[in-house]
Amino acid sequence: MATEVSGPAKSTELWTRRHLLDLEHLEPWEIEAILDTASAFREVSERSRKKVPALQGKVVVNLFFEPSTRTRTSFSLAAKRLSADTVDFTVSSSSMAKGETFIDTAKNIEAMGVDIMVVRHQTPGTPHILARKLQCSVINAGDGGHEHPTQALLDVFTIREVKGRIRGLTVGLIGDIAHSRVARSNIWALKKLGAHVIVCGPPTLIPRSITKLDVEIAYSLDEILPRCDVLNVLRIQFERQRGGLFPSIQEYFALYGVTEERLRRAKDDVLLLAPGPINRGIELTPGVADGEHSAVLRQVTNGLAVRMAVLYLVSGGQPRSAAE
Amino acid sequence: MTTQREQVIVTGEELDALLEYLADRAAALVGDPERTALVGIRTRGVPLAQRLAQRWQTRYGWQLPIGAVDITLYRDDLDIAPRWPVLKGTEIEFPVDDRVILLVDDVLYTGRTVRAAMDALCDLGRPKAIRLVVLVDRGGRELPIQPDAVALRVDATPRERIEVRLREIDGEDGIVRR
Repeated sequence: MATEVSGPAKSTELWTRRHLLDLEHLEPWEIEAILDTASAFREVSERSRKKVPALQGKVVVNLFFEPSTRTRTSFSLAAKRLSADTVDFTVSSSSMAKGETFIDTAKNIEAMGVDIMVVRHQTPGTPHILARKLQCSVINAGDGGHEHPTQALLDVFTIREVKGRIRGLTVGLIGDIAHSRVARSNIWALKKLGAHVIVCGPPTLIPRSITKLDVEIAYSLDEILPRCDVLNVLRIQFERQRGGLFPSIQEYFALYGVTEERLRRAKDDVLLLAPGPINRGIELTPGVADGEHSAVLRQVTNGLAVRMAVLYLVSGGQPRSAAE
Repeated sequence: MTTQREQVIVTGEELDALLEYLADRAAALVGDPERTALVGIRTRGVPLAQRLAQRWQTRYGWQLPIGAVDITLYRDDLDIAPRWPVLKGTEIEFPVDDRVILLVDDVLYTGRTVRAAMDALCDLGRPKAIRLVVLVDRGGRELPIQPDAVALRVDATPRERIEVRLREIDGEDGIVRR
């Protein structure tokens, strides 16, 4: 309780954003404000009655144009724990199939009295467009290969929780960097908080443009392994690539698969993250996924607290002209 | 912090005497120390709860568990707050079920904070009873809530602020009217 007087959480007093669209444009203190708020929300999930009345009477809509189980469920549960009402809209059950444009769909849903819209779409920038067209708050739950802010926030939250800090750590992002919005958001968050980031994978899965983000590029996992404090193992996005980017799954596994044998050459306290869903036996072995270094399930638990924090903060960022 | 229109109504030494008095009054609320706990309302209720506990430990050897409750998420004015309040989190690491909870705050005014704190406590379980211990009662209640132990009553107009300062947070002890 010694930290309560003037902790960094003070920064949430100045939080003014109504949307969470990406991490690229957040200030470092804003990222820290989300993480600090999430720490406070961890306690709610540990109660027997896992609910607080903060967003009572608010409506949160999950508008998902791409399949998702984990993120959608996590946002839903986070909203429910804040006492908001939630509705899930997925593309298969919407009238998109009947030819309505996505903006019309979103506007129609908003007209039902929505306060926060959580959006996932295969096209980069979709949440940014919606934020301009709608009155409600918009949260990006993944836009194509662009960003997935809450996933990166929960990754960073988990690292901070286990390691006690971000600054000065070396974090390896392993695998499919080219198709990964998780990688992009992670790079923004980690760099802003002072970590050293190495992206590592087959040259075909690392875009040249990534050098602009001030990260180290490596093609050999074995070479960088002993230097990494954290390994974040990204999923091969089979659905986003047309194939031919690496010769075979076996060869990928041989060079980049995280195995027990490889981990023995890493730091003793290396932390292993994986955004999931994991392809067991491709990016990492089952033994590693369930092993002592793995924080895979802790990430899921933390995801809930992080999403509660984001929902809470963006609803506070709404203008309240009538009240002032 | 000091402005021209600030009036010291209690000095640091006097605050110590007030706390001694409050510790006396509140001790009468402790039936079974094994089944009693202190919960401070953030921010200044927490060091006050700690100071009461210290005094009781010295005097009676009681070792009461201490918790902190953050009422932010239970406020009834979240929608109209000019700024979104800082979330510091509730830290109550003991079961509240069947315990007598002494809820501690610095200033009692409208009663809305206490209402929120009681809701927060009841979401953690079912206390045997909740008793309210405050340093200052400044009147002006908007809800039917009264303290069980109070050290000082002051009259204040709605335009005035009664501020308790504690060295753990503010660097000095005292009570001022602004």
